[in-house]
Amino acid sequence: MDNRINMNEFVFQDLDRDSFDHKNDASYQADFDYGITEDLVRQISKDKNEPEWMLEFRLDSLKKFLEMPMPSFGPDLKDLDFSEIVYYAKASDVKNANDWDKVPSDIKKTFERLGIPEAEHKFLAGVGAQYESEVVYHSLKKEWEDLGVIFEDCDVALQKHPEIFKKYFMKCVPNNDHKFAALHGAVWSGGTFLYIPKGVKLDQPLQAYFRMNAPSQGQFEHTLIIVEDDCEVGYIEGCSAPKYGKNALHAGCVEIFVAKNSKVRYSSVENWSKDTYNLNTKRAIVGKDSVMEWVGGNMGSGVTMLYPCSILKGQGARADHLGIAFANAGQFQDTGAKVICAAKDTKVNIVMKSLSKGGGISSYRGLLQVNPNAENVTASVECDALILDEISRSDTYPDMKIYNDNVTIAHEAKTGKLNAEDIFYLTSRGISEEEAKAMIINGFLEPIIKELPMEYAVEMNRLIELEMEGSVG
Amino acid sequence: MFLHRIQLDIINKMLKVKGLKVSAGEKDILKGIDLEIKSGEVHCIMGPNGAGKSTLVNSLMGHPSYDISSGEVNLNGINLLELEPFERSLEGVFLAFQYPREISGVTLFNFLLAAYNEHMCHKDKDFRRMKAFKFRKFIKPFLIELKVPEDFLQRYLNHGFSGGEKKKIEILQLKLFNPKIALLDETDSGLDVDALKVVSQGINDFKSKENAILIVTHYQRILDYVKPDFVHVIKDGKIVKSGDYKFAQELEQKGFEWITE
Repeated sequence: MDNRINMNEFVFQDLDRDSFDHKNDASYQADFDYGITEDLVRQISKDKNEPEWMLEFRLDSLKKFLEMPMPSFGPDLKDLDFSEIVYYAKASDVKNANDWDKVPSDIKKTFERLGIPEAEHKFLAGVGAQYESEVVYHSLKKEWEDLGVIFEDCDVALQKHPEIFKKYFMKCVPNNDHKFAALHGAVWSGGTFLYIPKGVKLDQPLQAYFRMNAPSQGQFEHTLIIVEDDCEVGYIEGCSAPKYGKNALHAGCVEIFVAKNSKVRYSSVENWSKDTYNLNTKRAIVGKDSVMEWVGGNMGSGVTMLYPCSILKGQGARADHLGIAFANAGQFQDTGAKVICAAKDTKVNIVMKSLSKGGGISSYRGLLQVNPNAENVTASVECDALILDEISRSDTYPDMKIYNDNVTIAHEAKTGKLNAEDIFYLTSRGISEEEAKAMIINGFLEPIIKELPMEYAVEMNRLIELEMEGSVG
Repeated sequence: MFLHRIQLDIINKMLKVKGLKVSAGEKDILKGIDLEIKSGEVHCIMGPNGAGKSTLVNSLMGHPSYDISSGEVNLNGINLLELEPFERSLEGVFLAFQYPREISGVTLFNFLLAAYNEHMCHKDKDFRRMKAFKFRKFIKPFLIELKVPEDFLQRYLNHGFSGGEKKKIEILQLKLFNPKIALLDETDSGLDVDALKVVSQGINDFKSKENAILIVTHYQRILDYVKPDFVHVIKDGKIVKSGDYKFAQELEQKGFEWITE
């Protein structure tokens, strides 16, 4: 494919000298093991005191990972060296990272400009063990527990709720799905387990950071969400500020099981540091008359490959996918949405917006599949791309597999540049050119950003402003 | 006495355009425009399509598509040609667009608030940026005067507004920013009689001894409501004839064809 470029040429260009120096600090990383072996996988399982079935599952996943080919589409991953990755950091090792002074200065600077208090900086950087809102968390936790909600670290959930865990774990995303799902199955660690019993409706979304009081979430976290009938729940995850990844590979996995007549919203803002390959798998199985909403923002990472997927299994199920991708210098955001309509009367609404700037590439890769038995499907797919300069690009790969004639499908794809007349209009009102551009870009993204929780929307806007700085020549 | 008159003359000389030549790409559009507008005056530019009327007001505002090949433009002694469009705006130039832009995702309210604060901060560096809740009250009389429903504030800028509504929003901005020179580009086009009255009333309310107005129009319609002191006919990039209000009426009856250089 001609759109493949060597990411490493650009990846570090926006980090300053300081961060290189810190990263090369041998004593900082000396304690970690690099590369993946059967011994390591056994070690992980042993450290976590896992049941035998999980060890076997991990070993089976490892075998599949080693056998399976790399993805045949999208960004070039040839510079991703599996032997240079730290797959598992023991708690004792992670303590070494609990040093604010060792976080690269560009990350610290960004936190400061975002106006995030230092305690939170440390938390977001994965080096803080305590979080100020812990008190708040405890009172919420009590409320949830009374309703029968289980909200735990995935490692803990495996110990405390082994049966339900085994019933659902990697049943939505099997370990033979693709190479990185297999890798995830082998080395997964931590993450969120969320169980919502029948009839529970929560006004407030659950947020991953309420739960986290352990350092360093890790790069292979597993999110398992099980929602029974007649529920309403929102879940927010990801980091809304640059996270300092020790490792350059993030292969998380999100599995969501929605039973009947429920509504689930999963929101995430992913802003990994720019030396990260973010190869994430997110998927939901949606039951009868249920609604699954995905709201996502992808800002960081050198390479992102992420296509949240909804399988509409029950009659009348609905999937809404809303997403933003921002590719700046050295970034390749290959994102999109996949929806499989496997039942009749299912509805699909996909709205994706992308920005490319400074030579960044963003592509929309989507799949809409309507199975032969899925009568009366209504689907709308809209992807808008805004390219901010001459050297950036945007591509669209919408795949449609429609095996039933009784469908209503609308598809719209637009790619454009900032309109000079729009900029002139705003500047003629006393607004500077830089601000006018930011206004137009924010306006372009607004339909998605307004769906994000308030604090994430604010940070997303600030992050976009930061990324936009100096873009006016 | 004599001295006094000279000083007045300097103060009055608001906008001064001298030998302005403007091109777009390879095409020469304005071929030497001379124009002097004093404060308190209303000028009107008329002329056939393609004569360069819109180009004149757009290049005075600093539209990026136009190249100024020669000439001078001064506003109270400030060389406008050296300024970016936003700086010209802050110095007191306002252009009411013939086709106001529709910008999605940006609410009318947020746009007005941002622009208003820019203007106020420029006028008075101690001005503290007005907060949204205060601005909401502040803007209300403007909306009422121009018969703009309040819920328009939360709509995206000019999105789905009718031609008349867009023009009303332009005049609302005129009154809000209170410029020294208002350039009104075909503000009367696309208006029904009621909207034309409201818009004209807005322009007349704005008019004062401290500012000046330059109306660009194809028709004479708006001139029934806003009386110009001077009328200029522009043809093929040049002002070919100037006169007073009566001249405008003559134009309405006879058309532009009889005027030659």
